[in-house]
This record gives sequence, C-alpha cells and structure tokens, in this order.
Amino acid sequence: MKRAGFTTRWLPILLLLPQLSIIAIFFYWPAAHAVHSSFYLADPFGFGATYVGVDNYADLAGSSEYLKVARFTLIFTLLVTFFSLALALLLAVKADNIIRGAKSYRTLLMWVYAVAPPVAGFIGLIMFNQSWGPLTEAARAIGWDFKLGVNFNDTATAMVLVAVWKQVPVNFIFFLSGLQSIPKPVREAALIDNRSARGRFWDVTFPLLAPTGFFLLIINITYALFDTFGVIDTMVKGEPGNNPMTLVYKVYVDGFRGNDMGGSSAQSVILMLLVLALTIFQFRLIERRIHYT
Amino acid sequence: MAQVSLNNIRKIYPNGVEAVQQTSFDIADGEFLVLVGPSGCGKSTLLRMIAGLEDITEGELRIGDRVVNHVDPADRDIAMVFQNYALYPHMTVRRNIGYGLKNRKTPADVIAAKVREAAEMLNLTDYLDRKPSQLSGGQRQRVAMGRAVVRDPSLFLFDEPLSNLDAKLRHQMRIEIKALQRRLGVTSVYVTHDQVEAMTMADKIIVLNAGRIEQIGTPSEIYHNPASTFVASFMGAPPMNLLDARFEAGQVRINGGTPLLPASGSGPVTVGIRPEDAELTPEGPLGFDIQIVEELGGHRLLHGQLADQPFTLHVGKEVEARPGAARVNLRPEALRLFDKTTGQAL
Repeated sequence: MKRAGFTTRWLPILLLLPQLSIIAIFFYWPAAHAVHSSFYLADPFGFGATYVGVDNYADLAGSSEYLKVARFTLIFTLLVTFFSLALALLLAVKADNIIRGAKSYRTLLMWVYAVAPPVAGFIGLIMFNQSWGPLTEAARAIGWDFKLGVNFNDTATAMVLVAVWKQVPVNFIFFLSGLQSIPKPVREAALIDNRSARGRFWDVTFPLLAPTGFFLLIINITYALFDTFGVIDTMVKGEPGNNPMTLVYKVYVDGFRGNDMGGSSAQSVILMLLVLALTIFQFRLIERRIHYT
Repeated sequence: MAQVSLNNIRKIYPNGVEAVQQTSFDIADGEFLVLVGPSGCGKSTLLRMIAGLEDITEGELRIGDRVVNHVDPADRDIAMVFQNYALYPHMTVRRNIGYGLKNRKTPADVIAAKVREAAEMLNLTDYLDRKPSQLSGGQRQRVAMGRAVVRDPSLFLFDEPLSNLDAKLRHQMRIEIKALQRRLGVTSVYVTHDQVEAMTMADKIIVLNAGRIEQIGTPSEIYHNPASTFVASFMGAPPMNLLDARFEAGQVRINGGTPLLPASGSGPVTVGIRPEDAELTPEGPLGFDIQIVEELGGHRLLHGQLADQPFTLHVGKEVEARPGAARVNLRPEALRLFDKTTGQAL
C-alpha cells in the first residue's frame, strides 16, 4: 500500500492537536484527577484533603456493601446483555424471513432507540406504577405482588426489563443488517446441504453473524455497565435505600450524595480498569479470531 | 442418476411478472443439458425451480420417479454449483466439501474418505485445511465442484459457474467440468448466457428468450438449423448473417433480382447464412464491399456490405483479403429461410 508522507514535522502534529487536546482535557485530565483524589480523604465541605494512601481501595475491598453492588452489577450486566442480544437476534431472524416487511419493522423497532435512558426509566415507572401501572396489574394477575422501589428483586426485575427494552432496537438493527449481508447463494447452498432450519442457523448463519455478535457483545456490556445510569437514576430516584444499583450509580451516590470524593474516585479508577480490560479483551482476543473476509 | 421431466412448468412472480411461460421438456438419464439465453430470459429461474429454491407456480416437476414440486431442496437428491461459488467462508475446504454429507448422517470415516477422493480428483488435496478466502478463483470453483460431486447426487445443477473466471481459466474449467460429468455420468443442467459454453459442453441445448423456449436441440441442430432468427443471431460467434430478400417467380431473390435458391412463396423473406457458408470467388453472383478485415490467426473475418446490408464472411487463413470490392457465392444448401414478420424458420 502506498504511504503518504508529510514533508514537515510540525504539520501532522498541528493537525492532530485539536483531537489530542480534546482527549487530554476531557479524558486524561479528569482521569488523572480521579486517580490522584482516590489516594486522599477529602473534606466534605471542600476545606482540603488528607493523604490516606490506598485506604480508599482497602475500604472498598472490605466493604460488604460494595461487594453486594458489584455482584448485582455483574448479574445485571449478564442479564441485560444476554436478553438484549437474544431477543434482538430472535426478532432479526424472524424479520429477515419476511424480507418485504423488514423495512417497516426496522423503522417501527428503531423508534425505541430514540428514547433517552431517563425517559425509558420514566416509562418504566409508569408501567410499574404501584396503583395503576399496567405491568404491575399484569404481575398481580398471575399472583405476583409487584412492589417497585420497595422490594429489591422486583425493582431489579423492572430495571432489567427497561434496560433490555431500551437496547433491543439497536441490536436488532445491527443483527438484521448482519443477516442481510450474508450472501444469498451461501444460504441457498446451505438449504441444499442441510434440511434442518435449526442446523442451518447454527452451522452457517450464526458463525457468519459472529463479527456482528461480538461487536454487539462489547457494546451491550458497556451499555449495561455504564449507560443504564439514566434508567437506574429515574427508577430509584431519591431513595437508593435498599434498592439495587450498579457500580456506576454508586460512584455518583457516594461522591455527590455522600460527599466522599476519595472513595468515589477510587471506585471510578476501578471502573476505568474494567473498561481497559474490556477493550484489551475486544482487540486482542476477539478481533483477532473473528475475521473472515 | 435420474431422468428429469418438466410438465407445463410456469413461474409467475408475486409482482405479476411471468418469468417462465408454460414449459415442458425431459432430460434423459446422464444427459448434459444447457439452458442458454440472454439475461432475463428465465433460464436461472427454471434452474432454481428444479433446485427447489423457487416455488413452481404451475405444472409438475419430476426427478426420477418422484414428483418433487413440494419436496425440500435438501431432499431432492441434487447438488448445485453457484455463480459466485457460495462457499461457507468460515469453514475449511474439508468442512465445506463434507458439510452436505455430515447432515445426511454419513459416518465420519466415510465422509473423510469421500472428501479425500473428491479432493484428489479436483487437485485440492494440498488445500483441504485452507479457508475459501485463501484460495484463488479457480480453486474456489473446484471446491464448489467438490461439494457437489462428493454427495453422489442424481442431478447436478450449474448456475453460470464460470462467469466469474478469466477467459483462460474458463476454457480450462469448461473442459474439466465436461470431463468430470462424462466420468461420473450424472444428469446435469447447466445455465449460461455464453453460447460458446453451450455449444461446447452440451449434449442438448435449450435456447430461451423472454421466458419461452425458442428451440431444443443438439448443438449441431441449433447451429445449422436455427428455429428462429433469435436463435440464429444468438448462437454462433459471429452470428448467422440475416438478409432481407423476396420471393419472386419461384425463386428467393436478393439485391433486386439475383436468384439465391428456388422456393415458392410470395412477399418478403429473411435469408440466413452462417459466415463460413459463403465463399469468396471472382465468379460469385453477388458484390461484397469489404470494409474491415479481422485477422484471427487461424482464420479471417471479413465485415462489409452485401446487397446494402451488413454481412460477415469467414475465410480460411490461406485466403488473402483486403478491404475493397469482391464477389461472393452463397451456398444454396446452407441458406435458411425465416418468416419476415415472426422470425420463425420456414
């Protein structure tokens, strides 16, 4: 491949400068600040900070509450990722069978994507309203006394439902276009080679969807971990109390409600490391293995 | 191996387009049938209906002694080679070839043996562990062939399998496919738009035009006795010369009076003659104004005007020719007459 070169040294640097400064100002600087303050115990009223070494991290490791939130986050992420991907894949496969309808389905299902997470959370609140929410009533009809915001498991169920509902359209679009990019003759060859539709799906369609699937897996894990903040914030608004929350939400609650800047920063640093690990996982393991063309 | 018969097969797409008009023909056991025609003539639709990839709107399709109209493609005992090979990109050559057998509950050791045998036959032994993306076009084509032969089907279907290859490779694969089919003796249906492929490979050719059969015949019949002006001009390179002439006084006359051959009739008529059936001779009754001489090594093509109509003449390499006026003789026994309006042979 031909490589284009610059004749001067400063021009490429100058061209990169805007991007680099954005990254520096909005990412590296706050990140460095977070790492720094995670080693300090800050005065709640902003009158200085005391160096405490790794105490903030040690506290987290020893905190049963933090471990409980971490465990919930793990389960929440697994459930949201699994159901968002599985439902979207199911819908995409069904929609793909009716190619003619695919376009209108696509638009209809895409609408949900335009809903902002807090609005999705708010819609969840309405659906699960204690006195007249249709889903509360539906749950009651099967003998489930659904108590949003009171019962831990009920609230967690509602959070997972809303988070999944919000994410399915995005996955659907990607899966559908992934399915439609599988060459038609390849599917037809499979039709002649294999009688069973299920067999064809797992042997041919699914492996060919793998690049899309792994991309979505990472996107969905990131979504469940971080972007569900709005959903959780709306649904447990004001009274975190006994309610489930994710690690990201706890960073906010401890930092801005509890005014524990040091502990909150330490949690942020842990999350940063998590993202770093995810990124390495994506690039090193997956992008290397899943590549066909 | 099987006899295939199509009985009043018809295809109408949901949008109302009639892709294939009522069609009936039989394919004999072990025969190599070529469906040829311009794009959009319905040849691929016909093939895909035989494969079961397309519903049959009307009529009855039999493979062997079974009516297969509603039989699953996987249960028709057919194998198909696609235009762009349609290999499974995530499987190795070995798995690509063996996939159809695996789904038919063939024991693993039998699959391995059959795959090895097919790979040897197609010179693919060294490539069995590669993925399709690591193969050249010709090798991919061979894998697609391997996938078909390994199954021992009773019917091979080919959908323009050579059109993605370059000219030299196409020529070579043409011979290989033909030889393979001869060796295995499997009934085959081969779709192409390339009349050279049709002529060289077929036992029987069906020429299609606009969803309708124009002619069924052996390559020689199709070439020498085309059933219509469409077949005459579609088959053969260069195509048959078609000239306007008239019936006059018991003769077909051209150029305002030159008699070509005795025939009864009246009014205008189209006369067809293959470029190699006319000869350059000083005593020829017709003037031929040569404009371009195409030198092809083994022979020459002379393009020009005869009786004020475009005409092409094929001469051997020993015949000298240069642009200018010349005389030709059209061999009367090689002349074919077509109805001026319908284009049908008379």
